Amino acid sequence: MSGEAVVFYLLAAVTLGSGAVIVTSGNIVHAAAALVPALLGVTGLYILLNAEFVAGIQVLIYAGAITVLILFAIMLTEGGTGLGGRQRNEQTAVGAAVAAAMAALLIAVAVRTNWAPPAAGATLPSYTPGAIGQSFLGRNILVFEGTSIVLLVSLMGAIMIARRED
Amino acid sequence: MLGLTHYLVVAALLFALGLFAVVTRRNSVTILMGIELMLNAANINLVAFNKYAAPGAMQGQIFALIVITLAACEAAVGLALVLAAYRTLETVYVDEINIMKW
Repeated sequence: MSGEAVVFYLLAAVTLGSGAVIVTSGNIVHAAAALVPALLGVTGLYILLNAEFVAGIQVLIYAGAITVLILFAIMLTEGGTGLGGRQRNEQTAVGAAVAAAMAALLIAVAVRTNWAPPAAGATLPSYTPGAIGQSFLGRNILVFEGTSIVLLVSLMGAIMIARRED
Repeated sequence: MLGLTHYLVVAALLFALGLFAVVTRRNSVTILMGIELMLNAANINLVAFNKYAAPGAMQGQIFALIVITLAACEAAVGLALVLAAYRTLETVYVDEINIMKW
């Protein structure tokens, strides 16, 4: 087994193991803390896929910002760790069956499809952040500007919704 | 030899975990965590297809970056809604928030 494969299986185990903790833990603070290794495992997968810039953004936004936001929401709402109350609704068996069926379907599609190899001579640029910047200010500028408007409007909306009314 | 299928299988399992959290959890904050897991699974797919299917174009990574941005928007608005619901209804459990159910 090559070194790359060893790293891949390690990262996949970290991601899915922490994902299982997020999904099953009765203590929601533990679930929020397990979000960090899960997202960092995904970051490692991005680095294995030569997407260094996406990996950096993942650490900044997901592992940094969103986890802290979720911990704040847990602290500002009732129950604290959630250990006192029931955390699961009465559809656990049905939900598990649906999730397992979805996983089986997706894995069957991924394994059975004969994915076409990339076109000959096509390679990733050696410096992907530069190529991403060129693309965002060139071909994809409309998407870039649209996303910034969505970001602005949604953050203003979040402030409006969360503000206490006087 | 590590290939596209390995990444797709990991992403499928992560997506199923997120789906399980969304359909079975009662606390709305943990439901949001499940949604984040599902978005991450989709992002793994996008970046893996960028490398193994169309390495010349950067569209997969661009798409993943936009999904990360919109996930941040979604988390901000979602948690604001959780706080607003908690303030008016004094609960964060989604099966107790049923004032629109007749």
